[in-house]
Amino acid sequence: MGGRRTFVDLEVISQSAKKVKEQLSRRPVLCLSGVTKALALFLANGKKGVTSMLTYTVRRVFSLIPVLFGMTLIVFAIIHAIPGNPAQVILGQRATQESIALVTKELGLDRPWYIQYFDYINKLLHGDLGTSLRTRGPINEEIWPFLAATFELTLVAMFIAIIIGVNAGIISAWFSKSWFDYFAMLLALIGVSMPIFWLGLMMQWGFANELGLFPTTGRENVRDPVNSITNLYLIDTLLQGRFDQFATVVKHLVLPSFALATIPMAIIARMTRATMLEVMKSDYIRTARAKGLRMFWVVYKHSLKNAVIPVLTVIGLQTGLLLGGAILTETIFGWPGIGRYLYDAILYRDYPVIQSGILIIAAIFVLINLIVDLLYVFVDPRIKYTK
Amino acid sequence: MSNKPILQIKDLKVSFQSGKKFVPAVDGISFELNEGEILGIVGESGSGKSVTSLTTMRLIPSPPGKIENGEIIFEGKDLKNISEKEWRKIRGNQISMIFQEPMTSLNPLFTIGNQLMEAIRLHTDFSKAQARVRSIELLKLVGIPRAEGILSEYPHQLSGGMRQRIMIAMAMACNPRVLIADEPTTALDVTIQAQILALMKDLNKKTNTSIILITHDLGVVAEICERVIVMYSGKIVEQGDVRTILKNPQHPYTIGLLKSVPDLRGKKDRLYSIPGNIPAPGTLHKGCRFAARCSEVFGRCKDESPELYKMKNDGHEVRCFLHTLKEGSDEHVGVTS
Ligand SMILES: Nc1ncnc2c1ncn2[C@@H]1O[C@H](COP(=O)(O)OP(=O)(O)O)[C@@H](O)[C@H]1O
Ligand code: SF4
Ligand SMILES: [Mg+2]
Repeated sequence: MGGRRTFVDLEVISQSAKKVKEQLSRRPVLCLSGVTKALALFLANGKKGVTSMLTYTVRRVFSLIPVLFGMTLIVFAIIHAIPGNPAQVILGQRATQESIALVTKELGLDRPWYIQYFDYINKLLHGDLGTSLRTRGPINEEIWPFLAATFELTLVAMFIAIIIGVNAGIISAWFSKSWFDYFAMLLALIGVSMPIFWLGLMMQWGFANELGLFPTTGRENVRDPVNSITNLYLIDTLLQGRFDQFATVVKHLVLPSFALATIPMAIIARMTRATMLEVMKSDYIRTARAKGLRMFWVVYKHSLKNAVIPVLTVIGLQTGLLLGGAILTETIFGWPGIGRYLYDAILYRDYPVIQSGILIIAAIFVLINLIVDLLYVFVDPRIKYTK
Repeated sequence: MSNKPILQIKDLKVSFQSGKKFVPAVDGISFELNEGEILGIVGESGSGKSVTSLTTMRLIPSPPGKIENGEIIFEGKDLKNISEKEWRKIRGNQISMIFQEPMTSLNPLFTIGNQLMEAIRLHTDFSKAQARVRSIELLKLVGIPRAEGILSEYPHQLSGGMRQRIMIAMAMACNPRVLIADEPTTALDVTIQAQILALMKDLNKKTNTSIILITHDLGVVAEICERVIVMYSGKIVEQGDVRTILKNPQHPYTIGLLKSVPDLRGKKDRLYSIPGNIPAPGTLHKGCRFAARCSEVFGRCKDESPELYKMKNDGHEVRCFLHTLKEGSDEHVGVTS
């Protein structure tokens, strides 16, 4: 069968192939892959592609300003929603008149609210998040290590959730109604309804206490602390070439990140399966199969890209939830993250810290939404920049 | 045109699971496609045309579909027991297919160039640059003027007619021996429809690719086919030379289909349509399947099912009892099933 193929004119083809190659060497961007391919696409489309994407991004960023503004209002209102004198509440029942007066003055609570708000915004714009009542330190400096710890944990957890969740969903859709499908979806059902604190405790008991595979709590070996540069320990240890410490950091990450990954993983798996099943019924999948494409590529190229948009939405939402909702996990695993930081602040009624913490988490949530929206445009050429 | 068959379908039976039962959608179909020929398959929607063509490429979704019986012989080789890997070498390479829905048959998220080059590189060892050159050549072959520009465009930027041309280019990528076109023009307007048909006829002449053209419109068949098979409710009810069938249709169903061909001169105000509906697959039937809608129905139609009867003209066969009345005898001149 194979010997029959006679293409129209092989010589013409090889000649024009040379021409194309020449063109390619002048524009080497055309044959790269991955992220560079997207970049190449912009370049190949001329300046128009770049500028329209840029203006779209800029427009989206500007559209966030009112949202962020609204968030500052809400966060500001938290302290002013307290009935009576907030300073009294902060200091508790047995506070002396002097200390109440001191805190009132320190927080500027004796001024009219709009002056206070203006002052608050003004400081925010200068990167000043206020001063912690408990430690007397500037919050914008204090909060960073905690934020970085949460960041690291969340990113690792989401990485696990996405890799396992998306693939489980894909394989379940591909071999739907197989034992793998039933088993994976049963696990996912258990996963979404799992109380995380219970799962965390069970993991600690099983893998840390009984088997001794992983440390129970913390981020690092306290007797050999990591020299922080970025406060992302995975990076810091590598930057310093401390592979032994890197291994320790990884070991500390395993249990909390898997505990944290459980719910998003289950949700992502279910979402991926549902959209993949839908996509795989479509006509262009039939076309891809009629070409003679192997099922692996039909699934991982043609189907997955079409299924990715709803999955992206879920991933964005879950990442946001993890960043803000890691308090339980961080408390159980003694993870010095933003959740713990806030938890302590609430115990001490450290209002400036609570305010700033909430503001930052909300801002990150909004930011992730923005990134997801920009990714849509990247994935789907039908989405217009001019929305 | 030689009479050497390139593709033979023998006694094909395909069923779909519905509840616990398997219901036949295609019920004992046999036909041959000759080298270089354009064969038409007509029938109303639901008569099993798409199932027949998808089965020919082993693309029936299974479950719920199941090939219960039949042989597919391509270039003398029985495809029954070949592996999925061997099937992949046939699909898109030896036998390729285009579909009714040009709007949705191309992947919306990949450029035309990507999808075309994929089809080419799948069955050749072309480099990307060579595949690109071949793509441009193919696009020109199907009559797309600004071929180079279109490679970097996405399907949603093109019209239905353009997309169908691209589907055809993709199907022709590796010079297939057989092209199956499942209602390629149904979704297109009349002018574009004529252009696409002309293109297929042209390709057939230039490349000697045999074509199975599936449609519900005998007018389309009249335009470009040499032979035609009329299908009804999973069975062949009439087949033969296009000229014979257009001039001298024997089956009341074919006659009905002919009457419902849109009249280009627009003399008729309203289009004729055969009264009633195609029976749902799996409904119990005794006698001729068309009996409930047939204007000629008589005594024995309700009790016995007619077999294919060979008419005097070469290759003309009809599944109907009417000939027994005309000849005044119950004897079949010849029976094939
Ligand atoms: N995927 C499927 N699942 C269940 N039944 C199907 C499926 N595809 C086709 N069928 C059955 O086969 C019959 C014939 O369908 P089809 O071949 O698509 O008709 P045509 O192409 O002639 O319009 C339909 O009436 C339907 O009952
Ligand atoms: S066999 Fe009878 S019912 Fe069937 S098509 Fe012929 S005349 Fe009509
Ligand atoms: Mg059909």
